Amino acid sequence: MTRIDVKGLSFRQVNEKIEQTHDGDIVLENVCGQRYIGVGSSGRHLVIEGVPGNALGAYLDGTVIEVSGNAQDATGDTMNDGEILVGGSSGDATGYAMRGGRIFVRGNVGYRAGIHMKAYQEKIPAVVIGGEAGCFLGEYQAGGRIVVLGLGVEGRAPVDAFCATGMHGGAIYLRSDVLPGDLPSQVVARRATAEDLADIETYVLPFCARFGLDAASVMDHNFYCLKPNTNNPYKQLYTQN
Amino acid sequence: MLKEGQIRIPAGCAISGVISRSGAGICGSEIVKSIATMHDRSNGLGGGFAGYGIYPQYKDHYAFHIFYDDAAARKACEDFLDEHFDIVNLSKIPTRKHPAILGEPLIWRYFVRPLHTKLESSQLDEEEFTAQCVIRINAEIEGAFVFSSGKNMGVFKAVGYPEDVGAFYRLDEYEGYCWTAHGRYPTNTPGWWGGAHPFSLLDLSVVHNGEISSYDANRRWIEMYGYRCTLLTDTEVIAYIIDFLVRKKRLTYEEMASVIAAPFWSAIDKYPEMERKRLTYLRSMFSSLLITGPFSILVGFTGGLLALNDRLKLRSMVIGEKGDRVYVASEECAIRVLEPELDALWSPKGGQPVIIHSKGGEQ
Repeated sequence: MTRIDVKGLSFRQVNEKIEQTHDGDIVLENVCGQRYIGVGSSGRHLVIEGVPGNALGAYLDGTVIEVSGNAQDATGDTMNDGEILVGGSSGDATGYAMRGGRIFVRGNVGYRAGIHMKAYQEKIPAVVIGGEAGCFLGEYQAGGRIVVLGLGVEGRAPVDAFCATGMHGGAIYLRSDVLPGDLPSQVVARRATAEDLADIETYVLPFCARFGLDAASVMDHNFYCLKPNTNNPYKQLYTQN
Repeated sequence: MLKEGQIRIPAGCAISGVISRSGAGICGSEIVKSIATMHDRSNGLGGGFAGYGIYPQYKDHYAFHIFYDDAAARKACEDFLDEHFDIVNLSKIPTRKHPAILGEPLIWRYFVRPLHTKLESSQLDEEEFTAQCVIRINAEIEGAFVFSSGKNMGVFKAVGYPEDVGAFYRLDEYEGYCWTAHGRYPTNTPGWWGGAHPFSLLDLSVVHNGEISSYDANRRWIEMYGYRCTLLTDTEVIAYIIDFLVRKKRLTYEEMASVIAAPFWSAIDKYPEMERKRLTYLRSMFSSLLITGPFSILVGFTGGLLALNDRLKLRSMVIGEKGDRVYVASEECAIRVLEPELDALWSPKGGQPVIIHSKGGEQ
């Protein structure tokens, strides 16, 4: 394991230091706002001490990034493979346009998490949120999985307004007794089936293992599954055709 | 050089603020350190600061900070000031030569009070008299631009990265109970000294990250009430809208926020009757002052700071609290760099105004 003090370095210098280090295990000390950490990288294990800047792990291609505190905006922007683990909360547009890999956030996420996520064959990206999510969660979601556990949230949905607006693929799982009140008519919500629960467990088990939570008690709760409503597809939304 | 409105550059910004609730002094170097952390959000075409409580020795006088293109503009403007104000002190604003800050105009500071006879004959209150004079200088005196005109506060701005602008203006020599800062990345217009943020009228100052799409609708409406948008920059109109709603229409800052970042009608429909009526009234009465498009703004005023996002929260904003102090910034790193251990850190929702009051505004 190699420790690198990045105090005062620009984002370019930080990524150069990472690339120049032969050791795949790197701890970055004194990170303060440097963007694009680990951009496009594969095969590394980065531990971040401090506050990473925007677009942490953008285009990530297999590297594992661990942050003990919070991450800022656009974490995992367009990532393709690998893992981003955030012990605190993550800002707006977390997992924006993800196409593979997974992001685990122990706390909350801001607005627009998981928007434009997509999937292709074996590439199924996932964002798992321990707390709750801001407005526009999964807006225009085209594929992949978004799981919101709502730990500590009682009596209301763990998502804010406009959840799943424009969703046309993938699934959103909400651990909640309450559904959002404003789901669009093109989205169908159901209580999680046995098949859904098996799918949910594949994300909840590693999430709980990572953050020291009791998976059995997390799973022992009502889950909803949101999917596009194939009986009510989007039509004539933009053009007459 | 082509200025704002004469050229359009299709192309983000950074904002930061800190306030002491008790009114304790905060050194200008702290806000410089904060905004410098977000260097990559700006591109060197504008940086600026507003400090409150920085001129206690002249707290009853309006502090005018003025850019002049040349000596002739200064002469014309000083003749106007002599005619309308009692000038108790004038000097160049102290600056420090900085290799990255070039092409500076003449930068002067005046501590003034409206002439009693002029004020009486105008039948205006002191603030309106002063505001009208500022608007007139900016619109009518070629080469003169009043960029700060409040009491016991001051705006400092320039073309450059904010940390260089802070060094240029020697902000480490000032102390105030509240500071705001801006790093500019002009998206539509070139960077010039007057076009840097904050935009200010009287003690109100605005720093803004975003690009409002309602600019011209807002401008047409506000210009009916005597304001003149001389800079063709979206932030300028935000400053005038807030001045109009708060100073002239006596709305509270919360009510003002319900006008400029009004909830969607679908959201208003869900409120209980009283609140629904209130929001409907504000949205209908001032419909042309709804600001659309992405924005996160910090509004400084005597005794307080307001932070507000557009209702869709298309720009980032985080708030940190530690003891007596509240920090607001585009990014968490700009807060942690000043205070690694916070009591609380959170993000306001879109359209949710956050208002922090300070005893520093009390006389």
